[in-house]
Amino acid sequence: MPLELIIVAALLAAASGLPSLALPRRSAWGQRLSVFLLVLAAAAGLAGAFAGLSAGASEALVLPWPAVGDSLVGLDPLSAFFLVPVFLIGALGAIYGLGYWPAGKNPRTSRRLALFYGLLVAGMALLLIAREAFAFLLGWETMALSGFFLIGLEDQREESRSSSIVYLAATHVSTLTLFGLFLLWRSVTGSFALERAASMSMGAMNAIFLMALVGFGIKAGSIPLHFWLPGAHAAAPSQVSALLSGVVLKMGIYGLVRTLSLLPGIPAAWGGLVLSVGAASALFGVVFALAQHDIKKLLAYHSVENIGIILMGLGVALLGTSSGKPELVALGLAGCLLHVWNHSLFKSLLFFGAGSVVHATGTRAIDRLGGLGKAMPWTAALFLVGAVAICGLPPLNGFVSEFFVYLGLFDGLVSDGAGLAMAAFAAPVLAMVGALAVACFVKVTGVSFLGSARSPEAEKAAESPATMLGPMYILAALCAFIGLAPSLLAPVLDSAIACWKGPLAASATGAVANELPRIGTLVPLRQVGLAAAGLLVIAALTAFLFARGTRLRGGARAPRRPTWDCGYAKPTSRMQYTSSSFARGIVGMFAWLLRPKAEPERIQGYFPEEARLHGEVEEAVLDRALRPAFHGMESLSRWSHRFQQGLTQQYVMYILVALVLLLCTLLPFDRILAFAFGGLGVAP
Amino acid sequence: MIDALVHVLLLFALPPLLLGVIGKVKAFFAGRRGPPLLQAYRDIAKLLRKLSVFSETTTWVFRAGPIVTLVAIALAGFLVPFGAPSAPISFAGDMILFAYLFALSRFFTTAAALDSGSAFEGMGAAREATFACLSEPALFFVFLALSKQTLSLSLADMLGASSGTLSAAAMAPLVLLCLGLFLVILAETCRIPVDDPATHLELTMIHEAMILDHSGPLLGLIEYSASMKLLVLESLFLSLVMPFRSGVAWIDWALFALESLALAAAIGVVESVMARLRMRRVPYLLTGALLLGGSGFILLVR
Repeated sequence: MPLELIIVAALLAAASGLPSLALPRRSAWGQRLSVFLLVLAAAAGLAGAFAGLSAGASEALVLPWPAVGDSLVGLDPLSAFFLVPVFLIGALGAIYGLGYWPAGKNPRTSRRLALFYGLLVAGMALLLIAREAFAFLLGWETMALSGFFLIGLEDQREESRSSSIVYLAATHVSTLTLFGLFLLWRSVTGSFALERAASMSMGAMNAIFLMALVGFGIKAGSIPLHFWLPGAHAAAPSQVSALLSGVVLKMGIYGLVRTLSLLPGIPAAWGGLVLSVGAASALFGVVFALAQHDIKKLLAYHSVENIGIILMGLGVALLGTSSGKPELVALGLAGCLLHVWNHSLFKSLLFFGAGSVVHATGTRAIDRLGGLGKAMPWTAALFLVGAVAICGLPPLNGFVSEFFVYLGLFDGLVSDGAGLAMAAFAAPVLAMVGALAVACFVKVTGVSFLGSARSPEAEKAAESPATMLGPMYILAALCAFIGLAPSLLAPVLDSAIACWKGPLAASATGAVANELPRIGTLVPLRQVGLAAAGLLVIAALTAFLFARGTRLRGGARAPRRPTWDCGYAKPTSRMQYTSSSFARGIVGMFAWLLRPKAEPERIQGYFPEEARLHGEVEEAVLDRALRPAFHGMESLSRWSHRFQQGLTQQYVMYILVALVLLLCTLLPFDRILAFAFGGLGVAP
Repeated sequence: MIDALVHVLLLFALPPLLLGVIGKVKAFFAGRRGPPLLQAYRDIAKLLRKLSVFSETTTWVFRAGPIVTLVAIALAGFLVPFGAPSAPISFAGDMILFAYLFALSRFFTTAAALDSGSAFEGMGAAREATFACLSEPALFFVFLALSKQTLSLSLADMLGASSGTLSAAAMAPLVLLCLGLFLVILAETCRIPVDDPATHLELTMIHEAMILDHSGPLLGLIEYSASMKLLVLESLFLSLVMPFRSGVAWIDWALFALESLALAAAIGVVESVMARLRMRRVPYLLTGALLLGGSGFILLVR
C-alpha cells in the first residue's frame, strides 16, 4: 500500500504542470492548480513514506516495461527516508512560488516552471523507488534534465544560460559514469537489478566504489566535483534553489549509500577516503562560502559544506563496518541520514529567506542590503532560526546530527584501533567548520538584516506575503522540533539504518555482533533534547524577567539615540562593516586557497577623488582548472576549423572525396601493379 | 542535591571575584593600590540599576545577545565539575554541547554587535569570529586527548578521572595540551596578549569593541557573563593541572575556589608582564595553541 501511494504521488507530481499548459499564460489558476496537485502529491507521498518507515520491511512491485523487460520498483525504509524531504520541500517550495513567482508577473516562464518543477519531484521519487538500473536512470535523467530547464529558466540572463550549460555538462558526466557503473554491475552480478551481490572480486568492487564516488559525488557536489553547483543554485528561482540544494543533492548521497549497501564487503580504505573527502568538502565549502558577496551563492557553497558533513558521517559508518563495530555504523549512518533531513529543512528555509530578500529588494548582493530586520521582521527572525540551525548550534536540529557525527568520531577513538584514532582528526576539522559557519552566518545575517540600510533598494523593502512566509514557518518549526525532541526520531533512524545490516554482517569477523544497536541506546537523545529545551526555556524566561525588571524601573522609556560609534556625531550606513570587511580576516587566513582578487584604486592627495574597491573570489575548480583546460583543448582543436567552414559545397566535396577514396579500395591493386611492372619486363 | 547547590552557588557567586583578583594583581605590578577586590560586584550591581540607551538602528537581536550569552555560558557551567568528581549535568558527548554553547553565545554576541551598525563593533565582531576559528579546534584536540586518556565520553568523567590515572607517559602530552588550553583561555576570555580589556583605543579591541553600544543592565549582564566564562574555562584547566583532590567534598570545593583565584592571579601576572600582540600576530599565537593541542594528541595516540 505505501508503495502504491508513492507511485500515485509521483504521477500526480509529474502531471502537476500540465493544467497550466492548457490555460492562458497569465492565468493564476494554472499555477494554483499545479500547486494543489503538488500538495496532494506530497500528502500521498508523505503518508506513503512514513508508512514505509514505520513498517520497516521492504515491499516490491513488478511493472511491465516492454522495451527493457519488466522493471522493479520497491520501497524500503532507506527509500522512504529520502522520499520525505522530496515531497515536503517540493510542496512547500510550490506554495512559496505562489508569492515569489506569480504567474501574472511572469507569464513567459511560469508555465515552464510548473511543468519542470513537477517533473523534478517526480523524477526524484522514481529514482528513489527504483530497484533496477533502467528505472533508476530514467528517474535520474528526468531529475537532471528538469533541473537544467529550471536553472536556465530566466534564459534572457547571461548568468542563467552559462550556469545551466555548465550544469548540463556536469550532470551528463555524472550520468555517463553511472552508465559505466551499472554496466560493470551487470557484467559482475549478471543482472541490472539493484540487489545485494553475494561476492565480487576486489578489483570490481573498487571500480564500482570509485565510479559511485565520482558519479554520485558530482550530483552531491562534494569537493572537487562541486564546480557546477554555486552558479547553478544561485541562478535558479529561490524555491528551485531550495529544492536543488535541499533535496536534489541528497539524491547523490542516496545513490552512494544505496550502492555501498549492496556491495559484499567494505575495505577500510574506503571509509578513510570518504571521511577525507567529506572533511575537505566541509572545510573548503565553508571557506568559499565566507568569501562570497552574493547571498544565494553563499548559501550554495554552504551546501558543499553540509554535504561534507553528511559524507563524514558516511565515512564513520564505513570505518565502523570495516572494523566490525556496529555502534560506529549506527552513529555514523544516523548522523549522515539525519543531516540529510536537517540540511533539507534549514537550507530550504534559508533559500526561502534569501528569496524573500531578493523579492523585496531586487538584489542578491549582501553589501547592498542592511537593516532589513525592521522592514521584514518575520523574514529576519526566520532566517536567523535557519542560520542558527545550519551552524549546528543548540537548541536546533543541526546540533543533533553533528552531535551524532562527533560522537561517532570520539567513540571510534575511545574504542581503539589505530585507523580510527587517525579518523578522530576529523573532529577538530568539524569544530573549525562549525566556527567558520558561525562567522559566515553572522556575516550574512548581520549584514543583511541588522544595522541600517546600505542602499535605496534596502530602504524600500517590505515584508513578504503570507504564501512565502507560511512555508518558512513550517520549516522553522520542524527545525526546532528535531532539535528539541530528537528522541522522537530514534525509531525512524533505527529503521533507516537497518539497510546497513547486510554490509555489516558481511564484514563482521566471527564473534563480532552483527546486530545494529538502537540509536537511542548509543546517544543520550533525551538529555540532548532536555538540554536544548532547557536552554530555550531559560533564555525565554530570563528575557521575560529581564524585560519586566528593567521596565519597572522605567526601561520602557529607554531613550533611542544614534549609534554612539565612539562619539562620531553623524554615523552613516556606509560606515558599517560590510560583508567583505567582516570576512577579510578569514579570507586572509585562507588566501592560499581562495586567492582573492582585489582592484583597489590608489588614493592620492589631500582631497582624493572618489575611489572604488572591487574584490572577488573565483570558483577554484571551475575558473582555475576546468575553464583553462577546456580553453587549451579548444585552441588545440582549432586547426580542425579549416575543414569546418560551414559551406555546403565543401561538405558535398568531402562526401565525394570520401566516396572516391572508398571506391578506390575496390580497385585490383595487385593486377595493376603486375601490369605496370610486368610491362617493364620484371618477373611478377 | 547539596553538590548541585554548591555548584550553582560557586558558578553564580564566584566569577566577579576573579575579575577583582586580576585587577589587584595588575595594580600591584603597576605600583598602585587598585580598586577593592569586590569592585566588580559593585559595578555589575550599579549597571543593573541604571537605565538603558538603545541605538536607533537596533532590533530585538541587540537585546537578545547578552541574555542568550549569559544563559548559554551558565548552562556550559553546569557541565564541568567544580572540584567535585561530578557535574550537575553529565551525559555521553556533553563536551560537544559545551563547545557549541560557547559558539551559540558567540553567534549572538557578534550578531548583536553588527546590529548597532557601528564600524568599531563590526570590527570587534569580525575579529571575534575569526579568532574563534582557531581556538575552537584547539579546544577539541584537548577533548580528544582527554577522552582517549580516560576512555570516557563525558566532561565530568574526563576531568574528574584524570586525577588518579596519570602515568608518566601521559604527562608529556598533557603539558602540551595544558599550554594550548591556557592560550585558548586567554583568547576566549579576551585577555592580554590577545585582547586588552583595559584599553582605551577602540581600534585595538576585540571584546570591548563589540559592546561599545550596550549600556545599563545589558552591559551589566555582559560583564557578568564574561567573568562567568572565565570561571568555566578555568575549571576546565584546573581539573587538568591540579589533580590533587582530598575526596572530602567541602575541602575540594574550597580548594577549587582558591585554585581558581590563584589562576586568576596568574592571568593577572601574564597581563602585567606581557604586551598585547599586534592584531595580525594573534592568529599565529592561536595557531600555536592549535599545534600544541594537535601534537599532544598525536603523542597520546601514537
